[in-house]
Amino acid sequence: MGLILRLLLAFCVVGSASAQPRFITVASTTSTEQSGLFKHLLPIFEKKTGIQVRVVALGTGQALDMGRRGDADVVFVHAKPLEEKFLAEGFGVKRQDVMYNDFVLIGSKADPAKIGGGKDTLEAFRKIRAAQAPFVSRGDRSGTHFAELEIWKAAGIDIAKDKGAWYRDTGQGMGPALNTAAGMNAYILADRGTWLSFKNRGDLGILVEGDKRLFNQYGIMLVNPQKHPSVKKELGQAFIDWVVSPEGQNAIASYKINGEQLFFPNAE
Amino acid sequence: MEGLAEAARNALRLIFSGDAALGGIVLLSLGVSLSAVLVATVIGLPLGAAIGVGRFPGRRAAVVLLNALMGLPPVVVGLFVYLMLSRAGPLGSLGILFTPSAMVIAQTILILPIIAALCRQAVEDAWLEYEEQLRSLGATGLNAALTLVWEIRYSLLTAVLAGLGRASAEVGAVMIVGGNIDGVTRVMTTTIALETSKGDLPLALALGLVLILLVITLNAAAAYVRDAAQRRYG
Amino acid sequence: MILPLKLEDVSFVAGGRVIIERISAEIGAGPSTIILGANGAGKSVLMRLMHGLLAPASGKIAWRSTDTARLQAMVFQRPVLLRRSALANVTYALKLARVPRAEREHLALEALESVGLAAFARRPARVLSGGEQQRLALARAWALHPEVLFLDEPTASLDPTASREIERVIQAFDAAGTKIVMATHNLGQARRLGDEVLFLHQGRLVERAPVEQFFSRPASAEAAAFIKGELPWV
Repeated sequence: MGLILRLLLAFCVVGSASAQPRFITVASTTSTEQSGLFKHLLPIFEKKTGIQVRVVALGTGQALDMGRRGDADVVFVHAKPLEEKFLAEGFGVKRQDVMYNDFVLIGSKADPAKIGGGKDTLEAFRKIRAAQAPFVSRGDRSGTHFAELEIWKAAGIDIAKDKGAWYRDTGQGMGPALNTAAGMNAYILADRGTWLSFKNRGDLGILVEGDKRLFNQYGIMLVNPQKHPSVKKELGQAFIDWVVSPEGQNAIASYKINGEQLFFPNAE
Repeated sequence: MEGLAEAARNALRLIFSGDAALGGIVLLSLGVSLSAVLVATVIGLPLGAAIGVGRFPGRRAAVVLLNALMGLPPVVVGLFVYLMLSRAGPLGSLGILFTPSAMVIAQTILILPIIAALCRQAVEDAWLEYEEQLRSLGATGLNAALTLVWEIRYSLLTAVLAGLGRASAEVGAVMIVGGNIDGVTRVMTTTIALETSKGDLPLALALGLVLILLVITLNAAAAYVRDAAQRRYG
Repeated sequence: MILPLKLEDVSFVAGGRVIIERISAEIGAGPSTIILGANGAGKSVLMRLMHGLLAPASGKIAWRSTDTARLQAMVFQRPVLLRRSALANVTYALKLARVPRAEREHLALEALESVGLAAFARRPARVLSGGEQQRLALARAWALHPEVLFLDEPTASLDPTASREIERVIQAFDAAGTKIVMATHNLGQARRLGDEVLFLHQGRLVERAPVEQFFSRPASAEAAAFIKGELPWV
């Protein structure tokens, strides 16, 4: 009995010790984390400043909500209209561009809608709908989901009204959605980073890429300490300053999978 | 089938690779679940025993409620604890969201009904045998309940192991209140979920096998301790 | 002094049946009292009513003083012992009686000695033989030096040798001044151990007399029939 109590006490001490190093909580997106960028980027920052960065990875919508609740110090997501709304509501201090990557339109080799090799995303989306080919949507208020909805709108399709059984609204993260698409040989819009590290491809491959419409901008914001006094504003700002600094930007650019660069820094 | 065999080989490779990151994840998983089991046992055994021997108005409702709470969905518990511990919530100033402490709290809430309900049943059954004698000696209420708990301690071990099983296996609660932060709140189940969502199914499966092996080892250890103690103390 | 115990018009009903029907009696200090009767006459229920484990459906049961908690004890037909050592079973009863910790062990050893079990003090109680377990139950009841000792058919489950041992212990307690109230259907035992007999028949107190008078000149027809019908166990 005594041994167990001592072990528990030791664990509690260890547990609370994890609160002792200086750290910040960053709400970011699953696609960013799953791309492996943070594993590459954060150790560089931590070594330089001694500040531990704890990333909670959710969908863009959820990440911003986390900021609204004050559970994060910094938000780092990729849906500019949503970020600007966040800012306008007074929850953020300043929005800065950090980097961009692109989306790719994925589909099976069979390609029933015949969009492969095209350069026009809007045309591709129209063809998918015309063919009523299976299409998997994130459906989870993520940046990717948001981008997908914008494309449907730009293509002149009211997807909320027009969706039939072919449109699979899964409410899942990028990885699980890709799994689902692989399982049913469906079309899906994905960010290049997650696609590059996704292993369960089945019959899927990139069918449309390079279109300016598929451009995916990432922004970073400090959560407003006036709304939430608990926000660690100095440490959070230190992280933001580093990410947009030449050193941080170089670190982002140096992240590669199989020799291919994933993210393109574009901070001012 | 081959996937399973390959996963088994990967699992063994993982175990013997001495990977520090995996080791950290395993230790954290053990720490969180065992802590939750400890707290839930300390609260749940007396609680269940008291209901087992007690006679009070509303007792039947308490029994039904306790049994029903065994089926609490982990993700709902996680959500509830998250809203409590969020900065926007009542206990936000504690600042323990996204730490192992929050995970322990969530898992404790989850498994407390299991341990208490199973204890209640075992104590109630034992009470049939012991009631007259204990009351004759002057043991009533909490006194009698605690005496019975000690008396049937080997049977109660099963209730505790049921709680441990549930805690080790769940992912919904710890994912929400822990945030699956790399190096801080990432445990085996959330790692498996992450690798699955990244599409690395072989790794996810191998980690799953490691987790199962871990739980089997814990159960075997418990059985050994129980047998040894039973032989010594009867 | 908690004696005499007064029963006034006591009745007990269970499952729609009248088990004890309007019994009035005064149990005083001094002579050892035997509650005699056939199986089903209501002896066990009457014992439990007197000890306080059951409450009467009607009528009054009153000791001379209200603070009787540790001054009367009961030994049942089948001893219920805890999964602990023999000594620990006795110290448990002492602990319930709030005997200070420092005194418990030596008082318990004394009690074990008085029933001849001192050598078994550290043995697990559950591995003792039937007779030894019953002696342990007696030691446990005796350890508090109660004024009244209730015994409900204490030897009914034991072989003749073990029964003899128990009877010897009871006689020793009687000689030491403890009031003995014992239920039995064993005529020989009643004669050996008792000073007076309360004879029950179908829940009613039919006859009360000093033991020799009861056996040689039973006043009631039921008592006479009972004495003739039952084979005396020697």
